[in-house]
Amino acid sequence: MESRNTQLAVGFFVIIGVLALLFLGLRAANTNFSSNGETYKLYAKFDNIGGLKERSPVKVGGVVVGRVSKITLDGDYYEPLVEMTISKDYDEFSDTSSVSILTSGLLGEQYIGLSPGFIDDTVEMLDDGDYIHDTKSALVLEDLIGQFLFSQGND
Amino acid sequence: MTSAQMDDLIVIENLDFAHSYGAHQVYKGLSLRIPRGKITAIMGPSGIGKTTLLRLIGGQLKPQRGTIEFAGYNIPELSRSHLYEQRKRMSMLFQSGALFTDMSVYDNIAFPLREHSKLSEEIIETIVLMKLEAVGLRGARHLMPAELSGGMARRAALARAIALDPELIMYDEPFAGQDPISMGVIVKLIKSLNNSLGLTSVVVTHDVAEVLTIADKVVIIADKKVVAEGSPEELKNSDDPLIHQFLSGEADGPVPFHYRAPSLAEEILGAQQGESHAG
Amino acid sequence: MLDRIAGLGKAVLDSIAGAGQAMVMLLRALIGKPQLRKSWPLLMQQMYSVGVLSLIIIVVSGLFIGMVLGLQGYTILVDFGAEQSLGPMVALSLLRELGPVVTALLFAGRAGSALTAEIGLMKATEQLSSLEMMAVDPLRRVISPRFWAGFYSMPLLALIFSAVGIYGGYLVGVRWLGVDDGAFWSVMQANVEWGQDILNGIIKSLVFAFVVTWIALHKGYHCVPTSVGISRATTSTVVTASLAVLGLDFVLTALMFG
Ligand SMILES: Nc1ncnc2c1ncn2[C@@H]1O[C@H](COP(=O)(O)OP(=O)(O)OP(=O)(O)O)[C@@H](O)[C@H]1O
Ligand SMILES: [Mg+2]
Repeated sequence: MESRNTQLAVGFFVIIGVLALLFLGLRAANTNFSSNGETYKLYAKFDNIGGLKERSPVKVGGVVVGRVSKITLDGDYYEPLVEMTISKDYDEFSDTSSVSILTSGLLGEQYIGLSPGFIDDTVEMLDDGDYIHDTKSALVLEDLIGQFLFSQGND
Repeated sequence: MTSAQMDDLIVIENLDFAHSYGAHQVYKGLSLRIPRGKITAIMGPSGIGKTTLLRLIGGQLKPQRGTIEFAGYNIPELSRSHLYEQRKRMSMLFQSGALFTDMSVYDNIAFPLREHSKLSEEIIETIVLMKLEAVGLRGARHLMPAELSGGMARRAALARAIALDPELIMYDEPFAGQDPISMGVIVKLIKSLNNSLGLTSVVVTHDVAEVLTIADKVVIIADKKVVAEGSPEELKNSDDPLIHQFLSGEADGPVPFHYRAPSLAEEILGAQQGESHAG
Repeated sequence: MLDRIAGLGKAVLDSIAGAGQAMVMLLRALIGKPQLRKSWPLLMQQMYSVGVLSLIIIVVSGLFIGMVLGLQGYTILVDFGAEQSLGPMVALSLLRELGPVVTALLFAGRAGSALTAEIGLMKATEQLSSLEMMAVDPLRRVISPRFWAGFYSMPLLALIFSAVGIYGGYLVGVRWLGVDDGAFWSVMQANVEWGQDILNGIIKSLVFAFVVTWIALHKGYHCVPTSVGISRATTSTVVTASLAVLGLDFVLTALMFG
């Protein structure tokens, strides 16, 4: 009898542990994509990626649609090339879409903001492996200050 | 000679043993035979190494030299698994009882049965109750070891030691802490186990009078070896002063009562002379 | 001077011998065919005393540490206008560090010391010897179920600790200090990764579980079987296990996140 109660208690203990794992997995971590679900890849070249990192989110209007999966230097001039893994749920971006590197908050993390372009008969849709050509680089504080001083001096 | 060997369950030859790196030599050249199916009493002054001897036979300690043959197997040289195999044939009543404190008396006695037999719970229950009845503790089966008195714990441990009816039972002071009635019961129990099942019993004890009534062979250990052995009659009739001293319990004689130490006068009066030994 | 050097040499030799003993003990306890029918109830019993009985202290500490993280994190982050990041801060500290480490430290104090004392007492009262004489290997019977119970319990406890801690952070951050509910969870989700954070945390706590339980069992099994010996062994379990956890945590963190 006593051993039965022990087994019950241990059973509950294990269940609570598994529930904790589920809570952590579903509530605290992002599970909606990347590990599961279909994805496709898009590429974009920037002059400067600032503090962007692998795993930084790709957002459309604040909604996460994908993640930066790889950052490399590409071509003869070593331009930063960013590979983005985007969920298949969002595969209707047009050729004219643009990406920019943005910062959330003053000290927040950097992410890629994707603005969908217009759609009509003349534009094509982006497919797996396509490049987004319209890119805006990260703002670098030192450059900004430099520009500001330069324009002051011109006046 | 050969026929004697056939009849000996345990043959110890030329045993040397010292605890922890030879700090204290317990045995030097000890030889001893324990006849099969008989009760052998081992006596000797306290601290001479009787418990140590039982542990050597059980393979818990390794001698530095010599052989300990149990039913033809040299215990110190057995591999671990073979040693465990042989231990199934023996059982030991520890001086402290050594009941499992997290189990009731009943479960303690059922433990070896559950561990080593495939008997059903009902049969185990019957056996356990029989063994408990034999030591007068059937009513105490639901108690935990902490709730037993010292003597009761010893008897419960005795019941556990005989649970499996092994070939060899080693009793380390089974009578200690028992009142005259339970002492008599235990004496009879050891005798009857021996008679009815033909078990070999080794009884370490200081209760000379009790053990002489049941023992077939008496061994007296002193001075790192066996100093006398024989049937109770032989020893009683012997006029060896050492045997006489031991059997009649005199403090002065060939067997020293004190643990090795300088004399009291020397130690108290001449304290500066040298370091005193630990008592 | 020479005495000192000799003393040092002896200490080193002793600790090597101790490590060797511990290794042999563990190998003997774990190697060999397991007998499920017999070991299952033993494992349950030990899961109960090692795991279930540690639950309360884990839940209470987890809750309070989470609440303190929420409070401290908020007061720091709010100065930078970044209180939205409270969620990931609480979650990541718990999942990566505090969950596994604090659980292991509490486990060493609560369950580890109990294991050492229990086994030490079994040794002192000759229960281990008496098992041996009954041809029951105490390593299999006593050590092995306790080892597995510790190994399985601690990661579960660490997960519970982290979950409760996040809830504590939520209580303070969102319910009390008014961080936006949606932001708290969504920013957390955006920053917490399954593999990088949760899985690494679990791996950490498996390593800690192994080490802490092993140390506790070794100290008990090889203690000097007297009351002083047992009390020394118990203290030594808590100290050694805690230091081992902190040291290993640094190494693991460097390997995983460095
Ligand atoms: N673990 C140990 N380490 C070192 N010495 C020990 C150890 N155990 C016992 N001894 C020593 O070995 C000797 C024999 O001890 P043992 O327990 O066998 O005596 P004994 O004959 O059973 O005594 P008693 O009749 O009092 O039970 C003693 O002198 C004791 O000091
Ligand atoms: Mg003794």
